[in-house]
Amino acid sequence: MRDWLNASASDTQVTHRQRLWLYLVGALVLFFLVAPTLIVVPMSFSASQYLEFPPREWSLRWYSAYLASPEWMQVTKTSFLIAALTTLVATPLGTLAAYGLFASRMRLARALHTLLLTPIIVPLVLVAIGVFYAFVKLKMVNTLIGIVLSHSMLAIPLVVLVVNAALKSYDMNQELVARSLGASRPRAFFTITLPQIRFALLTAALLAFLTSFDEVIMAQFIAGGDNATLTRKMFSALRDQIDPTIAAISTLMIGVTTLLLGLTQLLGRGKGP
Amino acid sequence: MPVVAGPQHARELKQDARRERWLLLGLSGPAMLLLVVMMILPVAWLFGLSFVGDDGHWTLAHYQRMLDQPSFRRIFLTTFQVSLITTVLCVLTGYPLAYLIAHLPPRAANLCLIAVLLPFWTSILVRTYAWLVLLQRKGLINQWGQALGLWDEPLALVHNLTGTLIGMVHIMLPFLVLPLLGAMRAIDMNLIRAASSLGASPARAFRTVFLPLSLPGLIAGSVIIFILCLGFYITPAVLGGGKVIMVSNQIANDIEMFFNWGAASALGVVLLTLTLVLLWSAGRLMRLDRMLGGEH
Repeated sequence: MRDWLNASASDTQVTHRQRLWLYLVGALVLFFLVAPTLIVVPMSFSASQYLEFPPREWSLRWYSAYLASPEWMQVTKTSFLIAALTTLVATPLGTLAAYGLFASRMRLARALHTLLLTPIIVPLVLVAIGVFYAFVKLKMVNTLIGIVLSHSMLAIPLVVLVVNAALKSYDMNQELVARSLGASRPRAFFTITLPQIRFALLTAALLAFLTSFDEVIMAQFIAGGDNATLTRKMFSALRDQIDPTIAAISTLMIGVTTLLLGLTQLLGRGKGP
Repeated sequence: MPVVAGPQHARELKQDARRERWLLLGLSGPAMLLLVVMMILPVAWLFGLSFVGDDGHWTLAHYQRMLDQPSFRRIFLTTFQVSLITTVLCVLTGYPLAYLIAHLPPRAANLCLIAVLLPFWTSILVRTYAWLVLLQRKGLINQWGQALGLWDEPLALVHNLTGTLIGMVHIMLPFLVLPLLGAMRAIDMNLIRAASSLGASPARAFRTVFLPLSLPGLIAGSVIIFILCLGFYITPAVLGGGKVIMVSNQIANDIEMFFNWGAASALGVVLLTLTLVLLWSAGRLMRLDRMLGGEH
C-alpha cells in the first residue's frame, strides 16, 4: 500500500499520495451518481408502509400491489405499446434521414441535420402545449397515433445522432465499390452498409424505445384517458404522496433498462458507438 | 465497351450526381415532415397566439404583463439562477471526475464509466423519485445525519431549492462528464510530458497545457447543460414542491389551471428565444452535434 501511494501516478511524477484528494472527490461524485438508483432497489422490497433503508422486513408486497392493480397494468401495457410503435416509426425514419443527409454532402444537408436535432434543445413544455393545442383542434388528444407521432418526433434526433456517428466511422467507398460492380444504390445500402451499422441501429432503436417509455411532459398533455402512460400516472402519483408502489415500479424500470443496455453491449461488443 | 468522356458525358455525369444528391436529401423528407407537423407548426401557432388578447384582437398585452408584473421577473430570475447554479455545480464536480477517469487504467475507467452511464440511462422520473425518498424529512439522509450527530433537527432538503438543485445536478452531470471525457482523451499526453520535461511543475503543466486543451469540451458541456436546464420541468415540479417555479412550470400551470393560451405562449416564446440566442452564440464557437454527442 505504501509503495503504491508513493509510486508515480502520472507522467508528471505526481504520486498517488498527492492525488488521494482526486480519488476521494471522484469516488464521492460517483457515489452521488449511483446512490439513488442503488438505494431505491432494496427499499422497494420493504414490507413497511414507509420506505425504509435497509428494510426491517423484506417482502414483495409492493410488487404484488403493482401487479394486482388493473390501473397500473393498463398504463404499463399502453406504455409498452406506444414505445414499441415509436421505435418502429423513429428508427427507420431517423436512419433514412441520417443516411441521406450524410451521403448527399450538400451544404443544405448540414443545415437540415442541425434542424433535425432541435427537438433536443427546444423546451419540451412549449412543444407539448403546442401539440396539445393542435390535437384539440384535430380531435387527436389521447389517441394512440397522436402520442406515437409526437414521441417519434422526440426520438428521431437521437437516432440521427447515433446513426450519423456510425456512418462517420464507416467507409462509404465500400458502397461505391458495390455500385461499380452493378448494384443499385438501395441494394448497395441494404447489403453493404446496413449490416455494418446494425449495432448502431440497435442502439438507436433502444434509445427511441426509452425516449418514449420515459417521456412525461408530452404525455402529461396528450396521453390521458384510455391511453394514459405509465410515467404519466407515476408523475401524478409523485405529486400527491410518496407511494411505495412506485419504488417497485422504479426498480422494474431500472431492471429493464439495465437488461436492454447490457444486451446491446453484449451484441455489439467492440463494435460501433 | 470503351467509354470516352467527352464534354457531353461530363455534363451528364454532373447532372446525374446533382440529381442523386437531391434524391439523397429527399430521404430525410419523412423525418422532416414529422418535425414540421409535430414541432415547428405547433410552436409557430403558439407564436401567433402569444399576440392575441382575450378579446381576440392583436395585442402585446401578454408581453407587456411580463415586463410589468414582478412575479414574472421572479420566475425568469429563478430559472436563470437554478440553471446557472446547476451548471457551476456540474462543472465543479464533473471536471475532477472526468479528469480522474481520463487518467485511470482502462479497466477501472470502464467501471467508472458504467457508474456515469447507469443514471444517464435511468428514467428521469425514477431518479427524481429516488431523491424525493432520500431527501424527505424522515428520509435516509436526515436519518443518517441525525444518527451520526451531524445535525439535530431534520433538515429541509426537499420541496425547496436545495432539493431541486440536487436533482438537477444529478440529471445533468453525465451531460458534462461524457463530452468532457471525450475532449480529455483526445489530448496528446506528450504535450504534458514535454511541459514537465521543460521544468513545469505538475500544477503548472496542468494549468498552462491540460486545462486550456480541455476547455472546448468543458465549454460545450456547460453550454448544453445551461440550455437544457432552462427548459426543466419535472424536477422543479416534484422536488421543488411548488416553491421553485421555473418558466416551464409556469407555462404548464397557465394551461392546466387557467387555459390561458396567450400568457403561456408568450412565456414559451421568450424562453425559446433565449434558448436559441444562447445556442446561436455558442454555435459560433462550436457545432450543435458536437455539443450533444461529444463526437469528433
